[in-house]
Amino acid sequence: MIRAFAAVVGMMVASACAEADTGSVRVGSKSFTESYLIAEIVARLVEQAGEAKADRRFGLGGTGIVYRALETGEIDVYPEYTGTISRAILNDPALDTLEAIRAPLARRGLVVSAPLGFENTYALAVREDVAQRLGLRTISDLARHQMLGGPYGSPQTPPVRSLRAAFTSGFLERDDGWPGLRRHYGGLTLADVRAIEHALAYPALESGQVDVIDAFSTDGRLARGRFRLLQDDRKFFPNYAAVLLVRRSFVERAPRTWAAIERRLAGRIDTPEMTRLNARIDLEGVSIERTAAEFLGTTHVEGRHRLIGEVLALTLDHLGLVGVSLAVAILAGVPLGIIAARFRVLGQVELISVGVVQTIPSLALLCFMIPLFGIGKTPALVALSLYALLPIVRGAYTGLITLDRQLLEIAGVLGLSAWQRLVKIELPLASVAIMGGIKTSAVVTVGTATLAAFIGGGGYGDLIVRGLALNDVGTILAGAIPAALMALVIHAAFELLDRLVIPRALR
Amino acid sequence: MIELSGVTKRFGAAPAVEAVSLTVPRGTTHVLLGSSGCGKSTILRLVLGVISPDVGTVAVDGVVVTPETRTRVVDQIGYVVQTGGLFPHLTAARNVTLPAEARRWPSERMRARLAELAAMVGFDAATLARHPAELSGGQRQRVSLMRALMLDPPVLLLDEPLGALDPVVRADLQRELREIFSRLGKTVVMVTHDVAEAALFGNTIALMTRGRIVQQGRFEDLARHPADPFVSEFLVAQAPPPEIAAFLRR
Repeated sequence: MIRAFAAVVGMMVASACAEADTGSVRVGSKSFTESYLIAEIVARLVEQAGEAKADRRFGLGGTGIVYRALETGEIDVYPEYTGTISRAILNDPALDTLEAIRAPLARRGLVVSAPLGFENTYALAVREDVAQRLGLRTISDLARHQMLGGPYGSPQTPPVRSLRAAFTSGFLERDDGWPGLRRHYGGLTLADVRAIEHALAYPALESGQVDVIDAFSTDGRLARGRFRLLQDDRKFFPNYAAVLLVRRSFVERAPRTWAAIERRLAGRIDTPEMTRLNARIDLEGVSIERTAAEFLGTTHVEGRHRLIGEVLALTLDHLGLVGVSLAVAILAGVPLGIIAARFRVLGQVELISVGVVQTIPSLALLCFMIPLFGIGKTPALVALSLYALLPIVRGAYTGLITLDRQLLEIAGVLGLSAWQRLVKIELPLASVAIMGGIKTSAVVTVGTATLAAFIGGGGYGDLIVRGLALNDVGTILAGAIPAALMALVIHAAFELLDRLVIPRALR
Repeated sequence: MIELSGVTKRFGAAPAVEAVSLTVPRGTTHVLLGSSGCGKSTILRLVLGVISPDVGTVAVDGVVVTPETRTRVVDQIGYVVQTGGLFPHLTAARNVTLPAEARRWPSERMRARLAELAAMVGFDAATLARHPAELSGGQRQRVSLMRALMLDPPVLLLDEPLGALDPVVRADLQRELREIFSRLGKTVVMVTHDVAEAALFGNTIALMTRGRIVQQGRFEDLARHPADPFVSEFLVAQAPPPEIAAFLRR
């Protein structure tokens, strides 16, 4: 059984490693609008150059995931920012110019493009009316407001609550985010600081649930004048000039393509232009593909059934994720349950270990797989299989230890060997509990598999991640509803399977 | 022949069976009589090798029962328990043939033996196709007996085989069993708490209490020459009160 498990995992790894294809350029992106758009533009330029196919690997979570993908050769190119490269990738804030970061990246086999033209730095945003009322123009004003001990007490200013902030988790924790900013501005404090998902920050700000959020300076939602960016008057935020981060092997493999990309993009998108492009997508609801085509001055034919086609393709993809990880979890989990029931001490150690895996948040478990397996299907399948294990092991274990001891003794007295007892008596008698564990696991796995998209594992999560990034509820639902339906269908399928697996008299 | 010599078995501190010596000659029926918890069933489990004695030895046909000889010993023994001990997921027929399946008998031979046994207890094919939950208590005990006889073993161990049945079914089955035992010439050890049943079946009887054998011998010996006041008390306790006995005689 264990050997079979190892063989299955081995096959999965092998098939995932066979993905590398010299004839295609794999373009990656992080999971926010601007990164999607620049990546789409790059992909189109790759296609226009005609030297190689473009393979889109968009929405790969945050810097850690997408950079790791580039480093391991899972992708060839993705849009990045100089400040992020020096601080989050090279971990040396002193490397604050493009020239300074080129050498250490070259040692890693990576090349940086010429700056694209715009800067997307961190900034703090407040609502325009709040800014006017409180006279906020710079981050120093914010600090001053705080030092005055709250809402300016002058009679003509209405009393205002102390300001509350909601920051994305990266900004909240990184030293080039909130902690550093507070120190730089002399101990800036706000009444309440909490973490929030980026897509939800603007709605929270707009509805007045929070007063300050972290924003990116090219955010399309800033184009309408409802929000004000506070100037970084003491120059805390580093330079976040947009560039493309590329594997040298790609530059060497497709030099003509690379030259065409640089020629077309270097210095060609300034900050207002990028803000406008972002607004096209985020506010006007124009698709990323169309916006990219508009920018390049080419035509884009919007496929009428594109979303439906995509959902169908992702259905197969999602089924693949669920099917393979569930199969591995069953092949490993039932024997593990048998072992746990046989050897009590070893069994407890085993059940605790499997239980601990379950306490790891599923997204974190997926991310732990990246250093081991890179990005894509393999780490997703490994993480999902591990995650699917507990209900199956528990079900088999519980089913076996609760069997009637007298019946088992009789089976021995009748002369059945240990194997015959297991196959003819114990497993059939425990089948209701075993199938129960498998069903729970199957339904949970359908849901958990939507997270695979964060590490490039595909599935319905692709739509959910993209929808979250673009704040597009339709796209989110296009991923979430089929996932819920799939959970129902799989549950029904397993109920039918019960009829085959569970002896009639026990149903 | 079954032979226990000086057998003691403890579960924790309390002895379940203490210094028991017992001989059951081939072809006879020996009854272990006593109230529940007196150690009767433990003796059967010692003979089956499911548990091992702390002191003393158990031998079946001269072979001392040990974990090593156990598989050989159980080939010689058929075993019936109070509730039947049938596997709920298997049909009556599969329950009966399971010992033969375990030994990989050809299916032709299995079918023939199953037919013989079914004829013996008067079962038709429809009854054999049912699952234990669809059978009456008496039918279940018959299936259990068929299973115990499947390999035609020389020894039968019966643990309260009729204990869970209502009185009428019980009386029927008592007759049927006695007839079968005498016809087949098996060496039988039967556990019961019922004095009348013990008297009906036992060539010899061992009366037990608290893990010890108080007296063993023929029923007449126990009734006429009780070795201990407990023996008379036990035998009388289950006899009907005099006025009811008188009423029944009339």
